[in-house]
Amino acid sequence: MTLIRDAARVCKSKNAGPFELTIDVVFDDSSTYGKVKASGVLCPELFARLYNVPAEHVLFTPYDAALAFKATFPRLVPAGEFGDTDVYGCQQHAPLLDVDLPI
Amino acid sequence: MSAKEIRLLSTSAILGYGFPEASLKAGMARKPDMIGVDGGSSDPGPHYLGVGKPFCSPISIRRDLRLMLHAAIEAGIPMVIGTCGGAGGEPHLNLVADMAREIAREDGLHFKMALIHAEQSPAEIKRRIAAGGIHPLAHQPELTDAVVDRSTRIVGMMGPEPFIEALDNGAQVVLAGRSSDPAPWAAMCIRAQLPPAPAWYAGKMLECGATPSIPKGHDSLFVTVREDHMECEPCNPIRRCTPLSIANHSLHENASPIHHIEPGGMLDTSDCRFDAVSDRAVRISGMKWTPAPQYTVKLEGVELAGYRAMCIAGTRDPLLIGRLDSFLASVRSEVAVKAAAFGASPDTYKLGFRVYGRDGVMAEREPVRNAVPHEVGFVIEVVGQQSQEMASAVLGVARANMLHTDFPGRLCREGNMAFPFSPSDIEVGPVYRFSVYHVADVADPREMFPIEYEMM
Repeated sequence: MTLIRDAARVCKSKNAGPFELTIDVVFDDSSTYGKVKASGVLCPELFARLYNVPAEHVLFTPYDAALAFKATFPRLVPAGEFGDTDVYGCQQHAPLLDVDLPI
Repeated sequence: MSAKEIRLLSTSAILGYGFPEASLKAGMARKPDMIGVDGGSSDPGPHYLGVGKPFCSPISIRRDLRLMLHAAIEAGIPMVIGTCGGAGGEPHLNLVADMAREIAREDGLHFKMALIHAEQSPAEIKRRIAAGGIHPLAHQPELTDAVVDRSTRIVGMMGPEPFIEALDNGAQVVLAGRSSDPAPWAAMCIRAQLPPAPAWYAGKMLECGATPSIPKGHDSLFVTVREDHMECEPCNPIRRCTPLSIANHSLHENASPIHHIEPGGMLDTSDCRFDAVSDRAVRISGMKWTPAPQYTVKLEGVELAGYRAMCIAGTRDPLLIGRLDSFLASVRSEVAVKAAAFGASPDTYKLGFRVYGRDGVMAEREPVRNAVPHEVGFVIEVVGQQSQEMASAVLGVARANMLHTDFPGRLCREGNMAFPFSPSDIEVGPVYRFSVYHVADVADPREMFPIEYEMM
């Protein structure tokens, strides 16, 4: 069992504008990145399940040059609106930390 | 000016975040062609654009600005700041411009200053709506005259072109309203005939100061831009740029890691390479720029959402924690009755209970649902439409009922909540929400951004 929290060098979330949240998972060696990419575990459906959004609202991009995966999807409410819990969107990454990577 | 190489020094991620004076000195020793800093962001939320105030204190902004002005004037190079005052509206730009004037007067500095305005008149935005030249972003509804009328303030986000014009007209200090973060840096490179791709990429690194380095901290970054690549190196010897730190920063705040939409086109980073040129510097190459068929300017606007009052409390009572939802429901219904009695019906305010220790950070997206914390913190808030006074009145009732409302099995009959402060209630003031997040088609990238010049 290899969890993202043990294998990744970066796992973070942030606003991408006031209406979207973007999450990055970055690895520091190309062999691990390649295995994660080949496994298909990181995919729009994973983010859809973890964050309760339709998969078609998830923009998912593997970025080989940075050994990174990025997923962007709508915020629960726009930044700073009544009910927003995280104006900068930087504490929404935790559900990913315990995703098991079959590598 | 050589078209072969442009050297750029960014003091920090935001004007007012602070930077070590030694970093500025080390950067200046490398003979930059321009120094600058990003002045703001929409990231701290809609409040600052609405209220017309900066999110950094004027005291900290003045400290950074004074050091930068002295460095630039003494070296005879331009100093450029985008998104002045945090949100880049008129009051924000005026705040920084007034500081620059005062510093120049106090310290005997002389320079030509350009102010580039970014706040948009409602009439002009409505004219553009009528002409069909405004389009929504991020699944927002079409912009209407009604939304424009009730918006407190709307700014346009400028690209590099107004900066190029100001620099070409001999301004040594350029203070701009809302700008695309990389635009001031891209401007300096593009007017020196460097290609847009490394110019924009350089801007993406510089707009956050030393953030693309490790250890992360508010500090200065030096970037050298050449024909087909750029190199990043932090000014402070305790920091390093590594291929990983640069790659990580390339993901920052963008929906896509490979397609970065900018006012006049798209920066494509799919084929970028990150190569260490020393143990502290990284070369980035392989970026591409595709001009957009239509130049667009992003618009940001906010409207008043009401007035907030809030209160912080906590409970250590397991009997209450065990039946929190039904307790909060009964508090809510008591507040509804009592507030209606003094003129605040439930449709005139929003009452929120943020429960820290349970789902205060992720709300409905919190996946952990079965944990039983031993203590729980509450932020109780009211956003009322009528007035601050009425929001505070409703909050007062909510606070008192959180303290005293009975629940089945209650043993703590003197009170349910621990309040850390007296007074317990905080009046937050006006609350804004984003109302405009659209783009405007423009024929000339400068047409929404008038420039004024003055001599210090």
